[in-house]
Formats: sequence, C-alpha cells, structure tokens
Amino acid sequence: MKPFKYSRSNDADSAVKTVSGNKSAKFLAGGTNLIDLMKEYVERPDELVDITRLNLAQIKSANGGLSIGALAKNTDTANHPLVRQNYPLLTQAILAGASAQLRNMATNGGNLMQRTRCQYFYDIAMPCNKREPGTGCGALEGINRIHAIFGYSDKCVATYPGDMANALYALDAVVRIKGANNQERTVPINEFHRLPGENPEKDNNLQHGELIVAIELPKNNFANKSYYLKVRDRASYAFALVSVAAALEMNGGNIKNSRVVLGSVAHKPWRSTEAENALNGKPASDATFKAAAEIALRDAKPLKHNAYKIELGKRAIVLALQRAMNGGAA
Amino acid sequence: MAKYIGKEMSRVDGVAKVTGKAKYAAEFQVPNIAYGFIVQSTIAKGTIKTIDTSEAEKQAGVIRILTHENAPKPGPKNSSEAKPETGSRVEDKSFRALASDRIFFNMQPVALVLAETFEQARYAARLVKVSYAEEKPSTDMEATKNTAFNPNPERAPKPRGNPAQAFASAPVKVEAEYTIPIEHHNPMEPHGAIAFWENDRLTIYDKTQGVFTVRRHLASSFDVPDENVNVVSPFVGGAFGSSLRPNYYPWLVSMAAQVLKRPVKLIYTRQQMYTGNGYRPHSWQKVALGANKNGKLQSIIHESVNNSSTTEEYLENITNFTRSIYACPNVDTPQKLVRTDLATPCAMRAPGAVTGMFALECAMDELAYAVKIDPLELRLINYTDVHPDSNKPYSSKALRECYALASEKFGWKNRKFEPRSMRDGRLLVGWGTATGTWGAFLQSATVKIVYKADGTALVTSGASDIGPGTYTVITMIAAEHLGLPAERVKFELGDSKFPRAPSQGGSWTTASVGTAAFEAANNIKQKLFDLANKDANSPFKTAKIEDIELMNGKLQLKNNQSNSVNVADLMRKNSLTEIVEQHESKPSPERQKYATAAHGAQFVEVKVDPDVGTIRVTRVVEATACGKIMNPKTSHSQEIGGVVWGIGMALTEATEVDHRFGRIMNPNLQHYHVPSNADVLNIETMFVEEDDKIVNPLGVKGMGELGMVGIPAAIANAVFHATGRRVRDLPITPDKLL
Repeated sequence: MKPFKYSRSNDADSAVKTVSGNKSAKFLAGGTNLIDLMKEYVERPDELVDITRLNLAQIKSANGGLSIGALAKNTDTANHPLVRQNYPLLTQAILAGASAQLRNMATNGGNLMQRTRCQYFYDIAMPCNKREPGTGCGALEGINRIHAIFGYSDKCVATYPGDMANALYALDAVVRIKGANNQERTVPINEFHRLPGENPEKDNNLQHGELIVAIELPKNNFANKSYYLKVRDRASYAFALVSVAAALEMNGGNIKNSRVVLGSVAHKPWRSTEAENALNGKPASDATFKAAAEIALRDAKPLKHNAYKIELGKRAIVLALQRAMNGGAA
Repeated sequence: MAKYIGKEMSRVDGVAKVTGKAKYAAEFQVPNIAYGFIVQSTIAKGTIKTIDTSEAEKQAGVIRILTHENAPKPGPKNSSEAKPETGSRVEDKSFRALASDRIFFNMQPVALVLAETFEQARYAARLVKVSYAEEKPSTDMEATKNTAFNPNPERAPKPRGNPAQAFASAPVKVEAEYTIPIEHHNPMEPHGAIAFWENDRLTIYDKTQGVFTVRRHLASSFDVPDENVNVVSPFVGGAFGSSLRPNYYPWLVSMAAQVLKRPVKLIYTRQQMYTGNGYRPHSWQKVALGANKNGKLQSIIHESVNNSSTTEEYLENITNFTRSIYACPNVDTPQKLVRTDLATPCAMRAPGAVTGMFALECAMDELAYAVKIDPLELRLINYTDVHPDSNKPYSSKALRECYALASEKFGWKNRKFEPRSMRDGRLLVGWGTATGTWGAFLQSATVKIVYKADGTALVTSGASDIGPGTYTVITMIAAEHLGLPAERVKFELGDSKFPRAPSQGGSWTTASVGTAAFEAANNIKQKLFDLANKDANSPFKTAKIEDIELMNGKLQLKNNQSNSVNVADLMRKNSLTEIVEQHESKPSPERQKYATAAHGAQFVEVKVDPDVGTIRVTRVVEATACGKIMNPKTSHSQEIGGVVWGIGMALTEATEVDHRFGRIMNPNLQHYHVPSNADVLNIETMFVEEDDKIVNPLGVKGMGELGMVGIPAAIANAVFHATGRRVRDLPITPDKLL
C-alpha cells in the first residue's frame, strides 16, 4: 500500500480539522473495508486519522427515539437492549451482515461509508469510473450478476452492498454530521447516499473532512411487525443478491403505515414509496403484498446477468412482508 | 491386539500447530532476508513492449527489480523441444516466469520487486509501468469447444463393445450436458517460499506436496545436480493439489536469491493464488445412457472437454471411472481439451473423478426417473464385482455394504419417489444419492528407521503432510510394529534429504509410506531376531520370525510372552547404540491380478426455499469402503472435509472469468464463495472396513479424495427431488431455481 501518515485523534474537532486540511486524508475507524482497499491499492490515502478513541460510541434514548454513536460497534448496536426492543429490524439487518469478527470491529459510521463490492472496483487493472473516473465501467457489459437494476447510469452499475443502511432507510434515520468549524448538520438517511449519475466516484453527499458522529432514529410503531430478509449465495458471510427491509404498522386488519426497502439493487438502498402506498390502507394479505411487490420492481432495468433480481426481488418482498406480519419470525 | 492401529489418536503435531511452533514455509527465520512481490500482467495475451521500473526503483527499500529483460533465464540449454518463451524444459514443461516478453495468461508475472520489507516491495510493485502489444485472448471454452482435441489419442482407452449402436437401439435413453466452472483450491496458507544459496547449493523452504518434485524442477532450472538443492517443507497449511506441481514461484524466489546473493522470501497474495498454483479446469460433459426398461444399462457414452492453457496440454481424466463403476457392455469415454489463454489447470481434490461422477451420477438419477426405479435400486441393478474392462475381480469392494449401511442410517426407504413430494413446512425437501469412487493407489516409497538402544526411534521419509494426518498415522504404524510407545517414536517428513517418498497426492501416502514404515519395522525385528539367535541361549532357537513380536522393548514369542529378550540388553551386549534400517517398498506383483479401488455411497437431504431458491444441505450420510481404517479420528475428518468440498462444488464455488479481458474477476474469498460454517449442518461419515492385504500389506486404501466424489451429484439429485428442476450447470445458486 501507499505509505501514509498515521495519527490518533482525541477530539472530533481536531480530527475533522486534520482531514479537512488534506485532500487525501481519511478517517480510520474499524478499518474493515478501508484497510483491505488500501492493500489492493484501490484506496490510496496519504494520511489516516484514527478516530477510534473519540467519545462517539454511546447508544442512548433521545427525543423519544434513539441516538446511536457513529463509533458504536455493529455488534454492540445490534445487541443493545433498546435497539432489540424498539428497532429489531436494525438488529436483524446488522446481524445479517459480514461475520461476527467483522461486526466486532466495524462501526456504524463506517458501515454507512462502506464501498461497493463490484469486482471491477476491486481490481486496479480493470476499468472503473468509481475508482478512476474516465476509465469506463467494466461491469456494464461484463460480469454483473450482483449489480444494479435501479438507478444506475452508463458510468456505473455498482450497488451499495450493506445491510444496516437498508434498515436505517426503513426506520427514517437521520445522520448527524460534524463539519469544519465545529458545525453540525443533519441529513435524512435517504439523502445520504447518491445515485452514480455522472459522478460515481462519489458514494454519498458527505463533504471531504465531514465526520459522521451519530445516527438518530425517531420513534416508530414498527417494532412488532418488521423483518429483514437477506438472500445470498451462501448462508453467511456473503453480500446479498437481494435483501428486503420490511416493516408494517397495523390499524385493525388494515395496514396503516409501511416500509419496503430493497438492498443490493442500486447504488443506494432502494426504498419504494410506491409499494408502501400500495400497502397502506389495504388488508395485510398475500394479494396486497404481491401487488406491492410488482409495483416495487416495475421500473427495474436488468443488465445481462442480473435479470433474476427482478423476480427474486418480488418474491423476497412478499416473503419479508409475510414474516413482518408474523411478528418478525422466519 | 493392536495397540494403535485402528484406534483413535489425536494429531501428534496438533499442539505444535495450535501453539505456532509448527513452522510453515514462509515462517522460517533467516537472517538478512529480502522480500519479493510479484507484478502481474494486466492482459491475457500479447507481448510486453516496455517495462518502466524507474519510479519503483526510487522508492525506499527497493533493492532490485527483475523483469524478463534482466532476469537470468532458466533452461533450455541444449534442447530443441522445449519452449524458451515459457522457460520450460523437455522433461519438465512447467511454466517459469520472466523467461520472455510473451504473455500467456492474465496476471502472469512480468516483474519481481525485491525490497528490504514486504510493504516496500508491495508498494513499489504498484509503481512498475508495463506497456503491451495486446492480442485478443480466447478464454471462453464454451465458445471454442469446436476446437477440442485429445493430445494423446494413442493413450485413450478404446471403446468397449459398440456404444453408439447399443445406444441407438436402447429402449430407454437419457442424454444430457453438464458444465462445471473453474474452481480454485483456496488452501488457508498462501503459497510461499524462502530461498538462499551457499555457493552452488540451494536451500528452499517451500510449501509443497512433493519436495522431490520441486528439487528436480529447480535442479533442472539451474542446471545443477539434484543433490545441490535441498527442499524443506515440514508443514503445509492445506494444498489440495495446488502444490503438487512446482508452480512458478520456487523458480522466481531461487533465481532472485541467486541474483541478490542473499536470502529472499516470496509469498503469494490471495489474489495471486488464482493464477499462480493451478485450478480445477472448466469442464463440459455429455452423458448418453441407454438402458432396458428394467434399468439395466446397455450403453454409456460419456464425453468430456476441459480447458487447458496454451503452454501445456492438461487433459483432466474426467471420464475414467465411468468405465468401471457400472456393469455395462458398451462404453465409450472420449476426453478432449481446449486451449485457452489462461494459466495451466492442475489436479484439485478428486481430480477428474468428482467432475466425471457429477455428470454420470446425475445422468443415472435422470435414468432412474425415466424408468421409474428408485435411484438406489438402479445402482444395485447395475452393480459390478469385476472391472468391466479387464474382467479382473476387485481385491475388495464393499460398495454394496456401503449402500446398505448408509441408506439404512439415512432412512432412504421412507423417500417418496415423486419430485416435490416431501415438505418441511413451506420448505421443499429433497433426498438424493450418488456413488463415489477413487483408486487404491500405491507408489514406491522409502522409509528410514533409526531404532535406538534407549527405546526410542526416529523415522524419516521425504513425504508430505498437507493435513490428512500423515505425521500421526506413520507414527502409529511405526510404534505398533516397533513395539514402542507412540510418544517414543518421532516421525519426520518434508525434507528432500530424507529417503524418497512420493508426493502427497492421489490419496496414496498412508498406503505407500505406511507400507514402507511397516516393512522397515519388520526388518528391524528380523535384525534383532538374528542378533538374539547369535546367542547360544536364545529362547528363539526353534522359533520362526512369524512367531515373534516386538513389544514394549522386548522381543518375545507371540504365544508365550515369557520367552523374551530385552532389546536394550541385547543391543548393549552387541555394542550397538542403534539399528538403522532404510527400506524401499514396492507394489506387489499380486496386485496386478486384481482391480483395485475405493468406493462410497452418499445420501443427502436438502431443504429448498420455494420462494427465493436458497438451498440448505441439512443432512449428509456417507459410508465409504477404503480398506483398513488406521486412525478413525483423522479419517472421519478427511471424509467430513470431503463432504464440505462437495457442498462447495455443488452450491457455491465458481471462478468467474471476464472473457473480454481473459481475467479472473473474483480472485478473493469475498467474491469466491467457499462454504461457510453456517452452510455445513449434519454430516455423518461411516466406514465399511475391508480386509484387503492384496492392495498392500497394511490393507490401506486412500480416502482423502474419495469422500467428496459423489457429493455434488447427490446434492444436485436432491435438489431435483425437492424442486423438480434439473440444474446441470454448477454451482446451483438461488437464481437458477427461480
């Protein structure tokens, strides 16, 4: 890997200041993705600011909801009593990802920042606009079984690969960010990640040097009826072919409020408000679920090797909604 | 009563392995070492135009950068047959890197950066700039199957009977095509070596399955006598065939050490392992079965094509066992290869056998449904007690007993014949079966035993232990037959200074090296017996050697143990501190009168999610018949590991090549899916022991490969039973079941 300067920061302000002052500096938290990419020469920072000692790991009640520190470990987050009780969808999503060892290292902020698993992005000998703008997209006409069916451009067909964020979309999370000059701002989760468009090198809307400090979850009524379904090539330690974060709030026999978020189908978690609208006010029946699933996948455009994702996505939505209805049990 | 043989023994090297005392090749501490990092080509075919190493050379710690322009060349010296551009020799055609400017496969080494630390070498390697005259690569075997050929048609077996005619006139026909993608071994330990020269003598610590193969390879590359090269490989962290051939790094690291005149260490990255140590080739097969309405086979035509490289003609022996596993009068098994611009394939656990038996055993399942006969019953209908090519009887064959034992344990009789007829809640349940087989091979091997007067023994042989438990089993055999406690017997292997043993492949090590150890121990007993009988008062004057046993430091009469001679006393009396015996064992002529093979039966349960297509292998029951089981503990580990390999082959493993670039796109463990622990549920392995002293005096057959041979077919057949879908292209991923 490229030689780099390493420093450990003790306060968030100075960490932000240091990274803001150097265009090729990066924050280092769990390192589970960044270090791998540095070894492969995909990421080439010349400075790493280690933020693991910052006081950003608390998980606490806030404003009727929950504030989850950016540096809380994935494992600790998934198993926190308030998360398990009020946001079991988040627990399920986190535990569906990676391996126990990785979850013990990985942080929540880092999880949002993880980069695509597109094979062309990982190989510096191959064209990739995300890694090296202007070189082309290797996957567009290449091996693209795990790639996007929504929202891609001819510049990039990569997907956001994570699990946690899919649940966060369903839970209306807000990302709290610290920028230069000690300013904090908040971004709704669905405005955090980007579609590739003309600039696939940008995964999200963070400015360079900005630091995620917390993820805030508002109160909701989904806890009794939510489910995270992940379909993958093996039972563990694989990225999703398709995943679904589903949540329902009932009013008698009818659905009052709902969430349908697909993962691994686009450059960001893909929430289908159309599908949710098709569910809301309807009885929670298989027919309702199927109709919503059809709507959710209606505008999907497959690539050469991933057409299966359309049918799989529909089936996964129905199954996830059935299980959500069943109290989140498989 | 045997003290060790047939009883469970934990690995004698287990503690050393888990405490880090066991040294793997790249872990040896050698002073003044330099580190290498390989720069790989980014094209699959063409010629290097320029290599610019100037920026890389400026970096801290960089010592030297070797390319085809400045690296010493391996042979050939005086040969017109060898290829200078691949560095191959007439007698050793393996690829040697940096021999020329030609590119034969993507990720081929084009430079070797040598630096003071690994990170310095790796970083500088990224800065080497190479330009190419690129040619269009051909790596898609499926698209070029029409160019397939057999490189050695004279060696191909002739058809048995008249398969085409018999197929045409058969009342029931099944015909299907099967494909298996390239697969990689993915051992835990990356391949690597440390090499250093002392004058014209080379020492290399290498990860290898055969120290003598590497020794010959390097001696031939450097034109020095074999004895000038010492290959040391005491521990191997898995290999599965990927270290049977020398690979290209032992040459690179040894050549670099010669250039620098200092020790060099070179280790592959995981990515580099995808083009640096071979792979199971891509294969296409077509099976045509002709049968009577009662399921009796009339004709088998089993064709195979596998990909090879442009530098060597690697023909995988895919259809071999189709000739022997069923009684059938008309059989043809043609094999071909296609040249591709990929690295050369190599043996990978159960090479050929698991590939061929996947197709044949799936086709047998298809035949079972065509004739509406239970798949197990169909196999029994076509059972053979002789090898149908030679009509020789098997030295032993307890396959029938394996079928009976495993099917009973599995509960096969409760299977409903119709597909999609069994359920567990909303999940589809499928039960499938298949047959496994592998050879009962035996090689010449030499073992040296130093039996000491203090009641200890040192056993040495240049064998390899890539994980099956060779250290343990040879210790057990020697201890048993020297009559010593196992903890007083030390077995050392993995050094080309030791007596010659075969490479660890083909599942022949215990049979071959074990026989040599057994016979050497017997020779020591004979020497002690003769020594005892030099004494006028010997209690054995009228005894024959067969009546004598060596036990607990005593030579004694088997039927009257009070008639004994203390070995330590005997040796002291004769002024001997040790008795040395070096013995070479050879396959007996008796073996030639028989067919020899190991067999197994596999029964598999899968549960398939009918909505999203995910498959779980919930239960595997496997019975294998592979002669005498020496160490049940490590033997079960071998068979369980084989089943896990079968699960990977059936459901998850595939190396993906982007044919536009001729480049492997998933050379890492995140994109190449080996089974995770969560994919491995209940596996029960059982043995049907065979008493077979014809295969070898110990009655041992190989088992390391056998255990996986039938598994992919059994899983695919179970998936058919669960879903009604025949997936003939592995791996069976969820998308194929939607």
